[in-house]
Amino acid sequence: MSRFDTSSLFQLTSMRFRLFLREPEAIFWTFIFPILLAMGLGIAFRNRPADVLQVGATTAQLTQALDADKGLTAATMDEAEGTRELATGKILLLAIQRADGVAYKFDDTNPDARLARLLADRAIQTAAGRQEPVRAENQLVHEAGARYIDFVVPGLLGMNLMGAAMWSLCFSIVEARQKKLLKRMVASPMPRWQYLSSFLLSRLILLVIEVAAFLGFARLVFGVPFRGPLWQLGLLCVLTSLAFSALGLLVSSRAKTMEAASGLMNLVMLPMWILSGVFFSASRFPVAIQPLVRALPLTAAIDALRGNMLQGMNLGQLAMPVAILAVWLVAPFAVSLRIFRWR
Amino acid sequence: MTDSRTTATQSAGSGADSPSLLLRGLRKAFGDVIAVDGLDLEVARGECFGLLGPNGAGKTTTIEICEGLTAPDAGTVELLGLDWATAAAALRQRIGIQLQETQFPDKLTVEETLRLFRSFYRRGLSVDESIKTAQLEEKRGARVGTLSGGQKQRLAMACALVGDPELLFLDEPTTGLDPQARRHLWDLVERLKQAGRTIILTTHYMEEAERLCDRVAIMDHGRTIALGTTPQLVASIGAEHVVEFAVAGHEAGGAQVNAALLTAIPGVQSHRVDAGLHQLSVCELHTAVPLIFAALDGQGLHLSEFRTHSATLEDVFVSLTGRTLRDE
Repeated sequence: MSRFDTSSLFQLTSMRFRLFLREPEAIFWTFIFPILLAMGLGIAFRNRPADVLQVGATTAQLTQALDADKGLTAATMDEAEGTRELATGKILLLAIQRADGVAYKFDDTNPDARLARLLADRAIQTAAGRQEPVRAENQLVHEAGARYIDFVVPGLLGMNLMGAAMWSLCFSIVEARQKKLLKRMVASPMPRWQYLSSFLLSRLILLVIEVAAFLGFARLVFGVPFRGPLWQLGLLCVLTSLAFSALGLLVSSRAKTMEAASGLMNLVMLPMWILSGVFFSASRFPVAIQPLVRALPLTAAIDALRGNMLQGMNLGQLAMPVAILAVWLVAPFAVSLRIFRWR
Repeated sequence: MTDSRTTATQSAGSGADSPSLLLRGLRKAFGDVIAVDGLDLEVARGECFGLLGPNGAGKTTTIEICEGLTAPDAGTVELLGLDWATAAAALRQRIGIQLQETQFPDKLTVEETLRLFRSFYRRGLSVDESIKTAQLEEKRGARVGTLSGGQKQRLAMACALVGDPELLFLDEPTTGLDPQARRHLWDLVERLKQAGRTIILTTHYMEEAERLCDRVAIMDHGRTIALGTTPQLVASIGAEHVVEFAVAGHEAGGAQVNAALLTAIPGVQSHRVDAGLHQLSVCELHTAVPLIFAALDGQGLHLSEFRTHSATLEDVFVSLTGRTLRDE
């Protein structure tokens, strides 16, 4: 037998690897799903020639004035019909001709409708002969790195690192505990630290493939920028993955059934899906809960990934999120080693 | 046979004179339930020792304390002259364990599973040898999920054997297996016995204990209630034979059988009734049986069943507890 064959750490790690590769669903969720998600978002938020907003007007004259603006497309309709169209979202704004001027009917909580209000008013005032007191010209920027897809790719990467690390650890450990395999393993001379290390090792190997596939796709298809040092990006991915592995270990350290573990997992991950700024900036949440939002490991991970990829920040500038991640790595790991149930 | 045992003993290294297993005053309670209640046991090297008892007798708790998986509340445990507190790592290398309900990963093959377990031991059998011992050659490349119950159990045995243990623990090795798979596993254990391994097994099948074990401890409510070889235990109840009979219409009449007349017959030691089936412990079968017939005839009873068998461990258990092993 070769040296590898007799190394229990190697055997444990290759067991993890084999079990993963023989689970087609796991491969889908780890490798394919994040790419599909990025593709879907990329298509949905691709850079369209600036949005054309649908509006309505009660007279042909108003319609003509509105249509003159490149940002608007207008149709003529009476007020009742226009109200119906507004309610169903077919138009964003209805311009109503009044004896003493124009009334705009729109929903001011909808940003697109507020935009339509500005454009419509400008178009109508211009058609009525308004002269702008200040001359203005537009310089348009369609630069990579400032688009939604650039914003969302680091978010998806962070979310994927979290899900893969937590689920793979939790599922395997709780299943082994439920099937009394864990008990059988500790009844053998297996070093316990090697059992836990085998999870981290196989995770790190998969991480390389997973991150390379996802970021490679984002780079080739969407031209997402990598402005920070790549090795630091790699390091951030490893740190993120280890922090979530520690959290996964903590979640699975006592649970005896898959049901109990799944509930705990969702309890831990759901707040982060919502609060950590995967799809929109976490700074949109109220100031009162910002300290909580900032302390979450996924927020720290995504902040660091965005800082590296989009702003080209180095590790020194990312000290805060890196420190938060490090705390999330050490604390859950220390706690779970104390409370881990081996049988 | 004796020779190979000697070899196994010599290879044991430290503490070669000490017994394989020594338990003194073992106690373990789970909450209010006392699982093990002051147990003393000693198992010699090369011996196949059985813990026999009904479910809940404390067999599994006892064996898991021996295996170092459960800590006792009181008492001492010594394996191969070592104890768990000071020599756990060494002991793990020297014992083999088969637990009651381990499910190995379905998606690993037999060979991969054994290679994994082999890697935990500094010395032991080769993966090939352990596959051969467990007669799993044809299933070497098969995934564990496709194995039958008997094959899975043989894989569990192979995993227990792969470290070439001096002391082998088997917890209910044949529970849940069909009769053919059970016999197959018994053959395997017998070959291990012949190779001189010390084996400690638990079972609630008396025929398993009778067939495999050199000595048996009968357990009930966390204590040993009898200890010895099967012939010794059977002799201890004072009668080598059991006569069982039922009389026609017993459901209606109830106590029509006059037990005093039966126990007065020379050679009949005791009488008990269980669900209409009368059992007599008998030592002089050839003279007692005609007298039993005569006595029953004299009471005007008609037999609906009548049989005799040599007394078994089951009869020992019944005579000691008044219950059968299968009573829950």
